[in-house]
Amino acid sequence: MGKLSLPENSVVGRGRTYSAEKKSNRLKKFKIYRWNPDGDANPTMDTYEVDLDNCGRMVLDALIKIKNEVDSTLTFRRSCREGICGSCAMNIDGTNTLACIKPIEEIRSTVKIYPLPHLPVLKDLVPDMTHFYAQYASIKPWIQKRSPPSAGRENLQSVEEREKLDGLYECILCACCSTSCPSYWWNSDRYLGPAVLLQAYRWIADSRDEAVGERLDELEDPFRLYRCHTIMNCTNTCPKHLNPGKAIAEIKKLIATRS
Amino acid sequence: MNYRSPLAKVLGHGSAKEGSAHWWWQRLTALALVPLTLWFTYSVARLSGPCMEEVYTWFSSPITSTMLIAFIVSLFYHTQLGIQVVLEDYVRHEGLKILSILAVKALSAILIILSTISILQVTLG
Repeated sequence: MGKLSLPENSVVGRGRTYSAEKKSNRLKKFKIYRWNPDGDANPTMDTYEVDLDNCGRMVLDALIKIKNEVDSTLTFRRSCREGICGSCAMNIDGTNTLACIKPIEEIRSTVKIYPLPHLPVLKDLVPDMTHFYAQYASIKPWIQKRSPPSAGRENLQSVEEREKLDGLYECILCACCSTSCPSYWWNSDRYLGPAVLLQAYRWIADSRDEAVGERLDELEDPFRLYRCHTIMNCTNTCPKHLNPGKAIAEIKKLIATRS
Repeated sequence: MNYRSPLAKVLGHGSAKEGSAHWWWQRLTALALVPLTLWFTYSVARLSGPCMEEVYTWFSSPITSTMLIAFIVSLFYHTQLGIQVVLEDYVRHEGLKILSILAVKALSAILIILSTISILQVTLG
């Protein structure tokens, strides 16, 4: 059956508290999930006080400030700090989002930060994405052609055909949607999840692709595709405001209408 | 040790190439159940009281029995399809999963046959 309680070694304990050194009117508490793979200690929630008068606007700014000035052992992924690389996806204030584009001021009380749900944790806020990337590779995310390329020409696409990729090409594969999906939590070993299915639809919708039939064949499976029960957590949580739920519905429609 | 690559694990035994019929019938039966349930509730509510005579008269119309059979078949088939999804979602043990799905399918088939024969028996008297 699906597991509803945490295994004993995953129960989160109380952690350390790092109080701010200087008094300030704008102290904000950050409670952050900590787990170190070295040793057998259980995960903890550490508390850090951050002076917002000396910190950038976004949650990632606070994390970087904590790592630089308070606790250099705090581990998280980050790169572009402008919502285009997808590295700093994490669960902030109960919602999966990108730390770099989540303003601290949007969170009323203590800022609680966890790694993306239901992925193995490597350390602190860093989840293991190996399986997610393998699922992405499995849908062959590239143009597949059979016609020989026309000499000296690019693969042409009209403005209208290109518009069909709007709302799809912007996906940065941060995995916020997939890890917010209960169906993906219970069955990610076989269910591809919203992110990978949106990417699959991105190639199905591409007018230049010549492998749509094979792509639909590969997706038509009770687990790979039909574990989507239109819960729509994916669409609600997407930090890029895309609609994976709709992309999945489009795939189901295409499969239903070709039979 | 398990040396299979992450991609090999994802690809598994390949796509089952099915699932769309299940999805389609779940939606079709749901759609059919909207008018059928309304009709059934309305018809039963219209019967004045616990009078067998009146029920027999209602049953004797071929339209009533056709609608009733359509209602029963849609209802039990839709239920079976729905419970199957729940079992596939939550039962991890492969053998138990197959057994429980087969049991639900058998139960639904028995209920459909039993109800249909009962309706026909009353209708044909």
